[in-house]
Amino acid sequence: MRWSEVECTDVRELRGPLAVVGGVTGVGWDEFVRITLGSGERRHGLVLEVDRDLAVLQVLEGTAGIDPTAVRVAFASSPLRIPVGPGWLGRVCNGRGEPIDGGPPVFGAAEAEVGGTPINPVRRVPPSEPVLTGVGAIDVLTTLVRGQKLPIFSAAGLPHLELAVQIAAQSTAGGEEFSVVFAGMGLTHADASFVRGALAERSAAGELVLLLNTADDPVIERLLTPRLALTVAEHLAFDGGRHVLVVMTDMTAYAEALREVSAARGEIPARRAYPGYLYSDLASLYERCGRIRDRSGSVTVLPVLTMPAGDITHPVPDLTGYITEGQIVLTREAHARGVYPPVDALSSLSRLMRKGAGPGRTREDHLDVAAQLLAALARARQVRELADLIGRPALSPTDLRYLELDEAFQLGFLAQRPDENRPLDASLALAWEVLRTLPRGQLAMIPSELLDRHGVA
Amino acid sequence: MGAVTPYRILRVAGPLVELACSGDIAMHDVVLLGDAELPGEVVAIGGGVATVQAYEYTGGLAPGHPARPRGGPLRAALGPWLLGGVFDGLLRPLAGAGDRLVPGGGSRADGRTWRFVPSVEPGARTDEGGVLGTVTTQAVPFRVLAPPGCSGPVERIAPEGRYPADAVLAVVGGTEVRMAAEWPVRTPRPVRARIDAVEPLHTGQRVIDLLFPVALGSTVAVPGGFGTGKTVLLQQIAKWCHADVIIYVGCGERGNEMADVIAELAELDDPRTGGRLADRTVVVANTSNMPMMAREASVHTGVTVAEFFRDMGLDVVVIADSTSRWAEALREFASRMGELPAEEGYPARLASELAAFYERAGAVRTLSGAPGTVTVLGAVSPPGGDLAEPVTAHTERFVRCLWTLDRELAYARHYPAISWAGSFSRDAAALSTARARSGDPSWARHREQVAALLTEADRLADLVELVGLTALPDQERISVLAGRLVREGVLQQSALSARDAYCAPEKTAALVEAVLAVAARCRQLVESGTPADAVEVVDFTPLLRAREETGPRSAAGVAARRDAVLQALAPGGRP
Repeated sequence: MRWSEVECTDVRELRGPLAVVGGVTGVGWDEFVRITLGSGERRHGLVLEVDRDLAVLQVLEGTAGIDPTAVRVAFASSPLRIPVGPGWLGRVCNGRGEPIDGGPPVFGAAEAEVGGTPINPVRRVPPSEPVLTGVGAIDVLTTLVRGQKLPIFSAAGLPHLELAVQIAAQSTAGGEEFSVVFAGMGLTHADASFVRGALAERSAAGELVLLLNTADDPVIERLLTPRLALTVAEHLAFDGGRHVLVVMTDMTAYAEALREVSAARGEIPARRAYPGYLYSDLASLYERCGRIRDRSGSVTVLPVLTMPAGDITHPVPDLTGYITEGQIVLTREAHARGVYPPVDALSSLSRLMRKGAGPGRTREDHLDVAAQLLAALARARQVRELADLIGRPALSPTDLRYLELDEAFQLGFLAQRPDENRPLDASLALAWEVLRTLPRGQLAMIPSELLDRHGVA
Repeated sequence: MGAVTPYRILRVAGPLVELACSGDIAMHDVVLLGDAELPGEVVAIGGGVATVQAYEYTGGLAPGHPARPRGGPLRAALGPWLLGGVFDGLLRPLAGAGDRLVPGGGSRADGRTWRFVPSVEPGARTDEGGVLGTVTTQAVPFRVLAPPGCSGPVERIAPEGRYPADAVLAVVGGTEVRMAAEWPVRTPRPVRARIDAVEPLHTGQRVIDLLFPVALGSTVAVPGGFGTGKTVLLQQIAKWCHADVIIYVGCGERGNEMADVIAELAELDDPRTGGRLADRTVVVANTSNMPMMAREASVHTGVTVAEFFRDMGLDVVVIADSTSRWAEALREFASRMGELPAEEGYPARLASELAAFYERAGAVRTLSGAPGTVTVLGAVSPPGGDLAEPVTAHTERFVRCLWTLDRELAYARHYPAISWAGSFSRDAAALSTARARSGDPSWARHREQVAALLTEADRLADLVELVGLTALPDQERISVLAGRLVREGVLQQSALSARDAYCAPEKTAALVEAVLAVAARCRQLVESGTPADAVEVVDFTPLLRAREETGPRSAAGVAARRDAVLQALAPGGRP
């Protein structure tokens, strides 16, 4: 970044994360700002508004400790730009991209604006190849597709971070070059060190970029973290030809930071006091995934969010669901039964799975098996409700088989160790095993020729 | 324009830009901002300050930068190149715009020419809207018309030949006429008269054509939470409905989905013309990460394009997915303007803005005297699936038809998930007359019977959950059965099915007739003493699979399967 020669010292107002500076000229909207405190400490910010000679700044590190009479503000005359390139791989940085692994600052041959630019819809290629995560429930039932955005909806206390880390550690793209950018927002120190430990191997292999904003880091910095992650990922993917998976957790913490800035600016609140532009703001992150015609890489986005009070109609999961192409939902019921990962298969959905799985993509029987398994689980749920009402003895023999299927599904298919990388073939074999609990007549969605081949009597 | 001293920018806050203004600028005028000439629109003037809503990312724009009024409101460039193309919210072509969309881009001249055939002689008199000639396009009879407000003798007319879009093809009463035209997007194009919408728009989706039909020139809102199949349904209609031109406005929706629509349209053959479906489609793509204010303009540009083709005497369908994102853009800007919020932060003018948008639909007699229609289908994405939220609640009041998508149906994999209890069609009465006139007098009766069956089955379903099916009297058990036959045999329709993605009116009629006949026979059997148990175990699968196993127009195939089931139910049959 190149800084203005003249630094401005006329700070007129400080309120929450905002600072109002006077006497500025030629400062454009959305410019990046460097703030130097009396003590010599450096902070950074963005221009939220320019009005004649006034500029309203959002201070990323917060305004605590800023004395308006002893502060200097320099403007970058451009939005925040960061170096991009393979130099990020293997590095661990804080939420602003500064190394916390003891290494030198990250350098790159090129620079890019963190805000990104929209991909031209006519230049997009519809996603059609899978990312295999080594998590059976995801690979078989909600296949992640390269270029897709697929969130994990969780609730406080559920092992979503473990699942996100497992996916980040294990994912592959059929032998093609694959990298992971992991952006943690508002993590506790314990969580942050768990993430670092669990991903150390992938990091050492030079396949991982880790950006960690902890819960005691400035809240506003969280607005920057996912944008850094995506900017680095876009370059690795579209210029470096890699398939990149971006894991962003926890998006609820991000949305809260957005709400905080909005409230400080006195904006008119919409649902639950989140700003009216929450949808567009989330879209500006999630929509950076995709594939581009005539370029070999892809960006796949996996946001993780905790639904406050488990409420799926809360604005953050709700708006996320409107933008993303499906969702993976974790439930307390499965977690209480001790099943990991506690995926609610019936509420989970990957909209692009039909394009990214099946013959030529994963395996010939994949889509049929997944559809049949989901249909059987839906029926099993009805049977369970019925059994609760009228009692198990009153169920028909077929209905009892469905209860068995449900049990076999939870324990024999879903359950997996957090460090177990299960190949797709093994996951599908387990799925077949679960389906065998039903009589052949109940498996109408699978062609009989496939049933024969898999030895269903 | 070069002589005008540029105005100076005073304030920039995202898409809101204020200029010092000393007159010579009108409300809704387009202003080009900064050296990059970012387009924006004047939305308020007062106290020597004009407030502009910018259509692009305003990063770097600073007080003191110049701004240049372009004189006149935002106009859409209309012409034959629109067909088969993909455009942004301001109708700038996306095809040549590169992988990344950067502010200030956009150009048109692509060197294409079209074949023009004149249909008037020099010296003939023509009125506004009069046909001067036709342009050959792949799929649509594109007519070159005397523009609104232009009448008089034809002073000059070009001979048959190939011309670029901006060549002067005729001079009428001193006005030059080209294939290309411009029109301000917020002003409805004039018509001679509005007429009643009485002709049905066949969508090829049974639940719509049967229960909640829509007339050409009518309006529909499609509310549905995420995961209810809203976009798939609208794409089905775009692919299969019997309209001459489809305008698909992707307003604040997913980029991958937009890419998918574009790719599918390009692949699909058009059953009506033998060409590609894309040849009679115009896509306005403004994905959720593209500039928000262009999203606000995109629905207006979409409907302006529709009116342009309507004026050629065509039936045009506008699909806007989703109007909620458009309303959010309104809210976003109103909030920056400091307007007083009404419900949930939306401006108080939300209702009138929605009404004005839907009112641009209609069946009309165009200036040329020919009939033409614009049908508007707007998706609504209610936050949290809450149908009481402002956009849904207001939209419901202004539309003729409502297709509410139900989450329970979607979870049960009943697609299209249109709720029969929560939807309505105010066109149904007028359309039943039209159907009777066109040789299908039983349509209205069938519709009533099916609706009655569904209502009865829904009422009983609640009861069954409490007491179990076997506790019901036999008559009511047959009602439950009939409800299932209607739902699974008629209403369900898979968008992925090769045979059933589209269903012709004759097949819909045959399926309804078949299900009603089978239901009636079951009822007869029970009335004459056969136990309901015996009726329920009859194999109804030929009937339930008829929709999948017969071709999209095969009424005969359906009838054969109906007869097979009736045979099984015959007194001499198995029960």
